[in-house]
Amino acid sequence: MEEDVETRKISSSFLRDHSYATEADIISTVEFNHTGELLATGDKGGRVVIFQREQESKNQPHRRGEYNVYSTFQSHEPEFDYLKSLEIEEKINKIRWLPQQNAAYFLLSTNDKTVKLWKDEDGEWRMGSRCLRAPTMVEPVSPLCRVLVRVRWGSGTCPWVLTLCLSSQVPVLRPMDLMVEATPRRVFANAHTYHINSISVNSDYETYMSADDLRINLWNFEITNQSFNIVDIKPANMEELTEVITAAEFHPHHCNTFVYSSSKGTIRLCDMRTSALCDRHAKFFEEPEDPSNRSFFSEIISSISDVKFSHSGRYIMTRDYLTVKVWDLNMENRPIETYQVHDYLRSKLCSLYENDCIFDKFECVWNGSDSVIMTGSYNNFFRMFDRNTKRDVTLEASRENSKPRAILKPRKVCVGGKRRKDEISVDSLDFSKKILHTAWHPAENIIAVAATNNLYIFQDKVN
Amino acid sequence: MFLTPVVLHWPFYNLDTMFVRGLKRKCFDGEEDIEGTLAGIKAIPSYNLQRQSLLDMSLVKLQLCHMLVEPNLCRSVLIANTVRQIQEEMTQDGTWQMINTQSTGQASLDRLVSTDILCRSSREQAEGKHVPGYSTFDKDFEGDQAQDNSETMSTASSVQTPRNLQSNVWEMENAQENKGNFQKSLDQIFETLENKSPNSVEDLFSEVDNSYYDLDTMLTGMMSNTKMGHCDGLETFASPTSTASNSNCKSDLNELDHIVEILVES
Repeated sequence: MEEDVETRKISSSFLRDHSYATEADIISTVEFNHTGELLATGDKGGRVVIFQREQESKNQPHRRGEYNVYSTFQSHEPEFDYLKSLEIEEKINKIRWLPQQNAAYFLLSTNDKTVKLWKDEDGEWRMGSRCLRAPTMVEPVSPLCRVLVRVRWGSGTCPWVLTLCLSSQVPVLRPMDLMVEATPRRVFANAHTYHINSISVNSDYETYMSADDLRINLWNFEITNQSFNIVDIKPANMEELTEVITAAEFHPHHCNTFVYSSSKGTIRLCDMRTSALCDRHAKFFEEPEDPSNRSFFSEIISSISDVKFSHSGRYIMTRDYLTVKVWDLNMENRPIETYQVHDYLRSKLCSLYENDCIFDKFECVWNGSDSVIMTGSYNNFFRMFDRNTKRDVTLEASRENSKPRAILKPRKVCVGGKRRKDEISVDSLDFSKKILHTAWHPAENIIAVAATNNLYIFQDKVN
Repeated sequence: MFLTPVVLHWPFYNLDTMFVRGLKRKCFDGEEDIEGTLAGIKAIPSYNLQRQSLLDMSLVKLQLCHMLVEPNLCRSVLIANTVRQIQEEMTQDGTWQMINTQSTGQASLDRLVSTDILCRSSREQAEGKHVPGYSTFDKDFEGDQAQDNSETMSTASSVQTPRNLQSNVWEMENAQENKGNFQKSLDQIFETLENKSPNSVEDLFSEVDNSYYDLDTMLTGMMSNTKMGHCDGLETFASPTSTASNSNCKSDLNELDHIVEILVES
């Protein structure tokens, strides 16, 4: 049977690729564009790979809307700052798409210091002249593997199907293919002393912001040599520094409003109309500390690693080390919902502090209708929370469990006492396998999950 | 001959059970190995000991910066805040007070770790900003606690010295004062080691965990933000080393001298 043959090929290629996994292939960001037609991934080696969804065809209904590699380019290169004697990593921290205008696609990609605007024309990401160079990868391994897997969620009403599993970000290269060397349309450089952690496109589509540890700058897409500083929390005396900015995002509809989160677990909402420098927030979101849970690690685990507006603009979601919280913009004193992602880690915080896992920055995402939220965890687990039914599920992104037609059961972590058959105990969790980056299609139930150097795309198989 | 590292054995105790809640407990996980100086004694680690261990772990984390890549500011700030939190609690406990009365010539109670060294961007250094001397964290515990903490203390103290050097480098106007500061930090090391048994120095280095970081890397990491020109300044500290060692007749000072020499020469 054809699928079996594919399976055999898949198994062997997975094994081979797994042993060749390099650090440069670690995926560092995943983002769907506004229609969901394109999916961009950035990796630690500074490359961007864009996937495009296949048009549905009646001839092959089982290959409904699957993603194939569309193009790839080197976005950032490692740089050396000679003045500071420091290397600037080429790792792509964030990618953000611009809404589509005309027939061209635009995206922003950033490393620690420099934001670049890329434009796609006819599948080639470029600005001006094209330079061609021979591909450096000679492995003809096809990374695209169509494995159909049924995943039961909850009572089985919402099965998820794994449709695509990619290994090592190596795009398919036919022998005669040449790699296009792309040049960015705009380079926004030299505006950040500290490391950029977020970029966010404004709803006016004319400006965007970039946030580093202590400052947030506002840019106009057309102007690369100037940016406006809108938030600056750097103290006059650096000895007094106790809090940094961890994430920032513009409101999806109000072009004057944005939020930024801090390492102390607070969120500030700012209105750019009030003053040029938004040091004074319009709203301040903070949950009072639970005295019964107080420990030396309380502050570290309260540090927010990601903040996202809901598509409606009514809510914001924040991710700290152990929980995901949903806040109503109209209520500042506490979140309206709190979801425990992996509370079983609370008793392991010291070990996690020792091995630095406690500083891992997990991201979180909304689904298109803001009814479900998703975030990653360790051991290649990721979690989904249904806000309406209050049900949650833990799934695993792993090759071993991805057999065709297999039913992937929700995973469960055993916290103590007797361990049931399919459960995994906390001590057996693999903390090197962490899912930090996930993305949800803006309209459909398609999710992209980055597990180190592998990309999984799951599709909801409701017919 | 090179020293290797400064890492302590964190998994001394099952720290996790202690730190789930900030309550004082006296439980002890008997499965954990007891290392070094506590061999043969099934001591119950007090909350203070656990806290000290966490403090030391944090300080080492702060110091190990990557040579080529800028350290993560968020992580550094969080660790520094944790250290401050511990220090504040120790101040309230009175443990901190006790330490301060021990030290010679250190009047200031403000020993809180400044985040300056963490956040020091080279741009500020280029501007010639004065970096205030960042106090050596003094852990001269008294008496019976000294033995328990001997490994952890001394290691951290010796690790602290280069930082003092680094900050003192900026005070080039007052070379005399610089020597004085260096002298002070050396004194602290001497005091610390004096409290230990004669063989403790060997114990200190016999159990280092090589799987962690190289002293070499650590020091070069700290020095990476220093301009090359200041290496001259470091050499002037070589003389205080020898004069200080000559003045003290302790038997283990030869080893100490050697340690300090290596630290200074890096």
